[in-house]
Amino acid sequence: MMGQTIRLMTMMVLMVAIGAGGVETAAQNQRSGAQSGVRGGVSSNQQRVAAGETLIRNATVLTVSRGTLPNTDVLLRDGKIAAVGQNLKAGDAARVIDATGKFVMPGIVDAHSHSMMDAVNELTLSVTSMARIQDVLNPTDVDLYRALAGGVTALNLLHGSGNAIGGQNTVVKIKYGRPVAEFIFPGAPPGIKFALGENPKRSNVTVVPGRPRRYPATRMGVAEVIRDAFTRARDYQRGWDEHRAAAKRGDKNLIPPRRDLQLEPLVEILEGKRLVHAHCYRADEILMLLSIADEFGFKIKTLQHVLEGYKVAKEIARHGAGASLFADNWAYKVEAYDAIPYAAAILMRAGVNVSLNSDSDERARRLNIEAAKMMKYGGLSEEEALKLITINPAMQLGVEARVGSIEVGKDADLAIWNGHPLSVYSRVDATFVDGEVFFDREQDITRRPTLERERQQLEQLEANRPPPQGGAPPSVPRERRPAYGHDDDVWDGGDDHR
Amino acid sequence: MINQKHFTAATKLRGLLLLAALLPSLASVAEAQQTGSVTVRTMSTPTSIFVIRNARIVTVSGADIDNGTLIIRNGRVEAVGAAESVSAPAGAQEIDARGLSVYPGMIDAATNLGLLEIGAVAATVDTTEVGDMNPHAQALVAVNPHNASVDVTRVVGVTNVVTMPLGGVISGQAAIINLNGTTPGEMAVTPSAALVIDFPRAAGGAGFFSQPQPPNLTETIQTRDRQIERLRNMLRDAEAYGRAHDAYRNDSRLPRPDVNTTLAALVPFVRGERPVMFRAERERDIRAAVRFADEMKLKPIIIGGNEAAQAAPLLKERDVPVILTGTLDLPPREDDHYDVLYENAAKLQRAGVRFCISTGDTGAQVRDLPFHAGMAAAFGLPRAEALKAVTLYPAQIMNVSDRLGSIEPGKTANLVITDGDLLEARTNVRYLFIEGRQIPLVSRHTELYDQFKDRK
Repeated sequence: MMGQTIRLMTMMVLMVAIGAGGVETAAQNQRSGAQSGVRGGVSSNQQRVAAGETLIRNATVLTVSRGTLPNTDVLLRDGKIAAVGQNLKAGDAARVIDATGKFVMPGIVDAHSHSMMDAVNELTLSVTSMARIQDVLNPTDVDLYRALAGGVTALNLLHGSGNAIGGQNTVVKIKYGRPVAEFIFPGAPPGIKFALGENPKRSNVTVVPGRPRRYPATRMGVAEVIRDAFTRARDYQRGWDEHRAAAKRGDKNLIPPRRDLQLEPLVEILEGKRLVHAHCYRADEILMLLSIADEFGFKIKTLQHVLEGYKVAKEIARHGAGASLFADNWAYKVEAYDAIPYAAAILMRAGVNVSLNSDSDERARRLNIEAAKMMKYGGLSEEEALKLITINPAMQLGVEARVGSIEVGKDADLAIWNGHPLSVYSRVDATFVDGEVFFDREQDITRRPTLERERQQLEQLEANRPPPQGGAPPSVPRERRPAYGHDDDVWDGGDDHR
Repeated sequence: MINQKHFTAATKLRGLLLLAALLPSLASVAEAQQTGSVTVRTMSTPTSIFVIRNARIVTVSGADIDNGTLIIRNGRVEAVGAAESVSAPAGAQEIDARGLSVYPGMIDAATNLGLLEIGAVAATVDTTEVGDMNPHAQALVAVNPHNASVDVTRVVGVTNVVTMPLGGVISGQAAIINLNGTTPGEMAVTPSAALVIDFPRAAGGAGFFSQPQPPNLTETIQTRDRQIERLRNMLRDAEAYGRAHDAYRNDSRLPRPDVNTTLAALVPFVRGERPVMFRAERERDIRAAVRFADEMKLKPIIIGGNEAAQAAPLLKERDVPVILTGTLDLPPREDDHYDVLYENAAKLQRAGVRFCISTGDTGAQVRDLPFHAGMAAAFGLPRAEALKAVTLYPAQIMNVSDRLGSIEPGKTANLVITDGDLLEARTNVRYLFIEGRQIPLVSRHTELYDQFKDRK
């Protein structure tokens, strides 16, 4: 039965991804995408393949790094932004999109997501640096498509916040409909999730009588778990250093230290090769982590959520950590009670690199509005607001050389909006990743009748019909995947009263 | 007197400086703060007279007035019109609103604001009573006027909310409140605005198919039917209870009927004197709720309404309004169109169904209300309709459009003055009035901002 459910769910997802007619190859998908086209028209004689040319004509281009360019063309070629300017020429086979009256902005980078993850928290231990998000990716998660429809093109997939030291992250491009390997963001530096406060101390989890509580249960314990882990990691690192030095000297019959998959990622942190993304709320715990990092000589790349970070903005700036925030979430738990929507403005003015993240498949679809709120709360300019969801998160993930702004040579990850993206009245017409269309509103609308027919046919299948008496109902697609319906950090442990 | 703990901490705020210029009594307010005894929430007495000049006035119920004047007196809009047609009474405080727009305050018709402070802390949550049938549970009783969400929400221009109990089958009674006041009674617009029924559905929760383990279909349906039957019996009992007490009142020779507070609470609702809000998302549940209301002669309002568009002809025919709470929710089903809930409002509007847009939020994020409406507008709802969907329409659905929801002479002066489109995220509120009182644009959040923004 479960197998049947999964098969059916997969079928439905594929249909959503590809349109009518079941499974197609990526190349077929590309052709059908090209044929139905983006609003504004596609030349009809082309046999476009993945790395073709697209010319977006006469748009208002929000470059983010170089201001707003009115009546500007953007040429995409071989997955890159080939040119930005006026009266650009493209080859005969190029797809040409008339974007008059429309806006082009870089693809939104969401620095905190749990999308496409079939598991979020490995809760058995407080230090799970050996667990890897890349092992649990589900490329058919339909919320990926919904994020594309909100102009999002890249995600930082983070382990949950249940553990002081959580698992290894994965940065992806949303290449929905492709094999999972194609999602992995090329060259993105590896990272890891840390977490402080209520979640790693499991304070919002019901205590079961007779079952021992997991260490740590206080912020004191969280600090010591992290300090202990890095103490062990430094020792482990020394063991290997000594071994390598001995090998270099030519010593014979050496026995290498036993590999430790928990400590290896921590050694990479000590060596500056792995970025730390640390979930945190309260000002005191933020200072605690910065001080441990200073003690061991490594850097925190981003503080995630960092709701009280505005209280210690100068300390965060001094350490050099970035801050990735909610725009205005607050009061869902005690440690979120002092959160204010002015935090981004305060941190930014203190010199901290600030981004806004979703931590939610729902909110990911409207990060543009979250950014626009920051113009009200703290008076950010349009460009500063846009940076919060583009180049700033790209810098926090170490991928700013490839994405986050509209510049020649960067990856062609961008979206065409039907109005200014900081307006609540605007929506996305099309989203490109590596120069290919992965969301096209017109095409989405065109294929709806076909999908509806497919659904009706599927519902008539014997396996999907309700039983006459008792028994289980038909296994139709559910609202969410069953294991982790909730996004981790906001509601983790708390009662969702909605 | 009046509480406003946030008042003096925010003296550097732009809006407050503007207010300070208007208000001679600021010194006494500061004094009160220093003594720590009395703090002040509002900056004018109810009898203050204001004249707002040079404003673009978006009346919502009528045409916009480009260069308008508006008079506030005795808590009401006394006059509104083109500059030359309205003369200011003597002693009025002047507000030059050149370049600004005046809107009616927004109304969120489905929240739990005031009933919950911190979701994860059970001790601060008063949304949900024990048991299934709680018609006598009144939201207004548990509204904390000093809940931090009150200030945080109103400073973005939401002046009114419906706050309602949750849970069970009959959750309790919802209240309409102004987001200003020291006591629940002072906040109340309609203390008992509607009965809230979480209409029984197969398997409960978010719907049949969202159950992690597929339940037994027959049992699930039987459970639902049993709950509906219990509900039906209780409403019938209440109807009989009302008749028995009426009869006894008219003829004291009759045996005195028993007193039952639970049934007594239901009487105005079973008589159709006040509306009943049915929480229902799926098409079949919406249809079932409308049928049930028909059968029991109730005055139904649907809350939720994710699939209301599929039942639009029925809703239109029966004139059943819908309070949409899912505009920004993820599509309920995996194979739904990505914008199925974004465009829900537009579909209902085109079908001629009465509707309004709500956050459905517990409190903290009610301030997102304008963006729910904005998203509906991005997906096909005309902008003027989106504005009505958070002002006039909720007032009409909740039977308070004689007082709230638009700018008209005689209506309550719940007004927002902005520097831009009310629904845009970047827009700043510059002045706020609730019942004609000028409200300082401060909140727990501005207070913390002021405390930390200049920390060196």
